[in-house]
Amino acid sequence: MLNYDLVVVGGGPAGMAAALKARENGVESIIVLERAETLGGILEQCIHTGFGLHYFGEELSGPEYAGRFMKMLEGTDIDVKVDTMVLDIADGNVVTAVNKKDGLLKIQAKAVVLAMGCRERPRGALSIAGSRCSGIMTAGTAQKYVNIDGYMPGHEVVILGSGDIGLIMARRMTLEGAKVKMVCELMPYSGGLTRNIVQCLDDFGIPLKLSCTVVATHGKDRLEGVTIAKVDERLQPIPGTEEYVSCDTLMLSVGLIPENELSKNSGLQLDVITSGPKVDEYRETEHAGVFACGNVLQVHDLVDYVTEESQIAGLGAAKFIKGEKVTGECVYTKGINGVRYIVPQRINRETDTDVKLYFRVGAVYNNAKIIVECDGKEILSKKKVKLCPGEMEYVTLKQSVISELPADAVINVRVEA
Amino acid sequence: MTYDVAVVGAGVVGGLIARELSRFQIKVALLEKCNDVAMGTTKANSAIVHGGFDAQNGTLKAKLNVQGTLMMPEVCEKLSVPFKKNGSVVVAFSEKEMDHVKELYERGIKNGVPELSVIDQAELRRIEPNISDKAVGALLSESAGIVCPYELTIAAVENAVTNGVEFIRNCEVKAINENNDGYVLDTTVGEISAKYIINAAGNFSDELAKMVGDDSIELVPRKGEYYVLDKSVGNLAIHTIFQCPNEMGKGILVTPTVDGNLLIGPTALNIEDKEDITTTPEGLKEIVEKALKSVPIVSTRNAITSFAGVRAHPVNDDFIIGWCDKSANFLNVAGVESPGLSSAPAIALYVREILNEKLELKEKTEYTDVREEPVRFRHMSDEERAELIKKNPAYGRIVCRCETITEGEIIDAIKAPAGARDVDGVKRRTRAGMGRCQGGFCGSKVVEILANELGVPMSDITKFGGDSKIIYERTK
Repeated sequence: MLNYDLVVVGGGPAGMAAALKARENGVESIIVLERAETLGGILEQCIHTGFGLHYFGEELSGPEYAGRFMKMLEGTDIDVKVDTMVLDIADGNVVTAVNKKDGLLKIQAKAVVLAMGCRERPRGALSIAGSRCSGIMTAGTAQKYVNIDGYMPGHEVVILGSGDIGLIMARRMTLEGAKVKMVCELMPYSGGLTRNIVQCLDDFGIPLKLSCTVVATHGKDRLEGVTIAKVDERLQPIPGTEEYVSCDTLMLSVGLIPENELSKNSGLQLDVITSGPKVDEYRETEHAGVFACGNVLQVHDLVDYVTEESQIAGLGAAKFIKGEKVTGECVYTKGINGVRYIVPQRINRETDTDVKLYFRVGAVYNNAKIIVECDGKEILSKKKVKLCPGEMEYVTLKQSVISELPADAVINVRVEA
Repeated sequence: MTYDVAVVGAGVVGGLIARELSRFQIKVALLEKCNDVAMGTTKANSAIVHGGFDAQNGTLKAKLNVQGTLMMPEVCEKLSVPFKKNGSVVVAFSEKEMDHVKELYERGIKNGVPELSVIDQAELRRIEPNISDKAVGALLSESAGIVCPYELTIAAVENAVTNGVEFIRNCEVKAINENNDGYVLDTTVGEISAKYIINAAGNFSDELAKMVGDDSIELVPRKGEYYVLDKSVGNLAIHTIFQCPNEMGKGILVTPTVDGNLLIGPTALNIEDKEDITTTPEGLKEIVEKALKSVPIVSTRNAITSFAGVRAHPVNDDFIIGWCDKSANFLNVAGVESPGLSSAPAIALYVREILNEKLELKEKTEYTDVREEPVRFRHMSDEERAELIKKNPAYGRIVCRCETITEGEIIDAIKAPAGARDVDGVKRRTRAGMGRCQGGFCGSKVVEILANELGVPMSDITKFGGDSKIIYERTK
């Protein structure tokens, strides 16, 4: 059995930032366990730019952004094991992991940070009719083939779903010489960032078809085409609007799911909306000493916010390890009327910090107001020119306001259109 | 190359026949037109071992079903294939259907089905807690079970190859010529000579028979669509839950699978194109509507995939097993629709007996009917895992996160006798890519391992052979 103060599960942007922040705050022994062969997580295949505008104030590629954190890690005594998969986190924070070199590892930790990231929703979850031919893949899988392995996954592409990875891949495939015929989006609005729609679709003349979906795939061995159709307000295909589009590749960018198998197996209950663990203002889950941050907690739009959140978790873990973390009576947060969820889900009343409430809205709003209320009384409000589901939002609650709320109070956050 | 026997078709029937024949001092070839075994009806059916009460008294189906189901536990044990005797219920939703259930009971008793009983509503609810309130009673068949049909086939062929059977893939028979010594099969990989041919070509057995002038086999391709639901809802059904059968088959069932998922389906639609394994919006909708009748809390929110299979429904409604009238040494094993999987072990014995009429079968001195269990990292204790990785570090790298499948297991699957040559082959042998993310993360890794082990570029690797390419040329 090895002993570490802090075990960080996942060496992507979340895990690296959490580990560094914990080290900065006096945690002596830290180990980062990463299942891939390198640190960096999904950023390693995101060779486009657009990362770091908020955090570093400059525009970096994914590997550059990750590289800065790797360099910072190298300058510390934080241990890193790559190609190492965590299999289990047992009661009392005993982490079981496996790799080729060490075989089976058991690590006793004082605190654990969960930073496993997220994965893409696969085709099966969509139940698209048709054959099981090749050529149907998630946008992220296609991105790995192109950017990491250096192979073309197809030449004539239809993309279903306008999530950011789908939009990025529309541009990427075009630059590699493929014909991207269209991006179909089930909803009447895109799930991706506005800047990606402009830079990845508009600039290349790739049509974005809203309220449109793929209803069937065709082809025996390799995909030969898809049937698309318009959908009604209930998102059901409208008969008579079907159209055949020939293509050899269908890329799916239809949502991301936090990868919480480990969390679930260790007994953590997940928030039904975020599909991540429920946490307090320092991202401590319902298990003492187990923290969560990054896309395993909630799917973020920008890596800069992942970093910010992970630093909060790293600081929280440091406070926990040193016995300085406030735990006690809580107030609870709730998204209503257009606000889908809030992270964190609970806040310690006697917390030592201001708390940002992160959330996403469920529809597009123009000139709207975010209102935070407790027990019918408005705590604060914030005007927004535009709110859309593709972008994360936040409001900041002052420590002084939190400490005045009664125990178990519910803080509601809503949109006023 | 000249063989004593060429078995055409490496589905569960051909695979188990090849295994049975591998015990004897004869040269056997198993010819398969696809890139892997179990690529037709075998890989896409209900995965049920039926009690044996459905088939009419006196039919070959009835006899071989009952016998095959009794053999199944031992066959599975020898081949290290999971089999679970979970039992089945045929649920009645009215007194009229209850009469039908009683009829099935009588038929089953006459067929010799053991452990059969008619149960009332209270008992049904006790043994199957999620069953619909509207169910009034059921036929309970306790000898019924579940098995993974392609795993059984993979194991059977592996065992056969270990005993000396030659497995030839991508070998489609185009024509058959007869001469004094037997047959010359003109195939996509060249000419193959054999004294005897066993026609286990599934949906294509009618076409194969026609190559020797036998046009007596009449098959109707019948498509069935299914949903596979996540393991988190695998316990919604304990038994295999049938509704009362009709002229198109046994209706929509709800069943756990031996791997712990929930399977619902199949639809039953007669079609023209026997290779049409597309799912349809109508079919998928029908499955859900009808499954809800049995288990009202089933939901496709938990669907991880859907698929369709085509079964060869014989017009005469019974298996067609016996020497062909038109060609002396050509043995048909055709029309093996449900309960074909259940019957397969018995069919293999039956075929051996028929063959024995003409070909004196003498046992080999060196022979094993056991297939060693492949490494299953996910089922091991931590101590076993630690030991294993010490011996071979490849078991220390997890490739498929959802199902916890190691690189070592994937390499084993490729190196095994009649091993995997494509991504779906790896998936069927190891479960890599079969979990919640459906290969999103591990797909490209599996392609890389296949390319390494087979010594070919990644772009040569396919999903399931043929033109099912996954990637093309290098990027610019």
